[in-house]
Amino acid sequence: MEALIHEVYPVASADYTSAGHASADIKKKLKMLGVGGDVLRRVAVASYEVELNLVIHSQGGHLDLNVFPDRVELVSEDVGPGIPDLSLAMREGWSTANEEARSLGFGAGMGLPNMKRNADEFDIQSEVGKGTVIRMGFRLA
Amino acid sequence: MKVSELAALTEAAFLTAVPDDKEVTCGYTCDLLSWVMAHGDEGMAWVTVQTHMNVVAVAVLADMACIVLPENVKMEGEALDKALSEGMAVLSSPLTAYEICGRLAGAGVPGRAQ
Repeated sequence: MEALIHEVYPVASADYTSAGHASADIKKKLKMLGVGGDVLRRVAVASYEVELNLVIHSQGGHLDLNVFPDRVELVSEDVGPGIPDLSLAMREGWSTANEEARSLGFGAGMGLPNMKRNADEFDIQSEVGKGTVIRMGFRLA
Repeated sequence: MKVSELAALTEAAFLTAVPDDKEVTCGYTCDLLSWVMAHGDEGMAWVTVQTHMNVVAVAVLADMACIVLPENVKMEGEALDKALSEGMAVLSSPLTAYEICGRLAGAGVPGRAQ
């Protein structure tokens, strides 16, 4: 099925000033399409978490938004460093955020669990030295 | 309760002049952004000492009613500009986070949106 909207947002590593721009734009675009309520909130939370994960943990990457008539898809892809232990990374409270991120109030270890909780479909693939790909799907009622 | 009533109750000053006097549905206090993202509700009054750009982003994405800074903490610069452009009310109160939440709870503002 062809996407109604396909948008690619580049996200730079450690750029805390621009962090959240992609999520804000995604929320605006979906609102304009008439998406609201619970789904909009869940996409907003998940897109912010995945965007901030790119800023905090990756060496740079991009967040893609695909909107289909019946679903919203978010895909995050980075160029590294990759996650050595996915089950540990998925655990609530586990974080490898650095001091700078923690001083801003990040590093609660809630990012990946928040994404999984808010998305209808969640998939994460990671390879150390290569990078991480996260796919999330949200059903439009 | 409206944001303007919350300001009076907590002796707070508005740092942003926003036209929309939103309804406060619940209150919350926490300085860990990801934790707040997980528990944020529409119409929430969020008490935090954090004042950077990402605080505004979280409040806007979660459709909160206002950000309340305790102990005369101020938000400045780009973050305040962002809050203004997004229509997010930012208040600064002389009370501690504990006292602010105490007054809100006493006035019947719940911890979660009903």
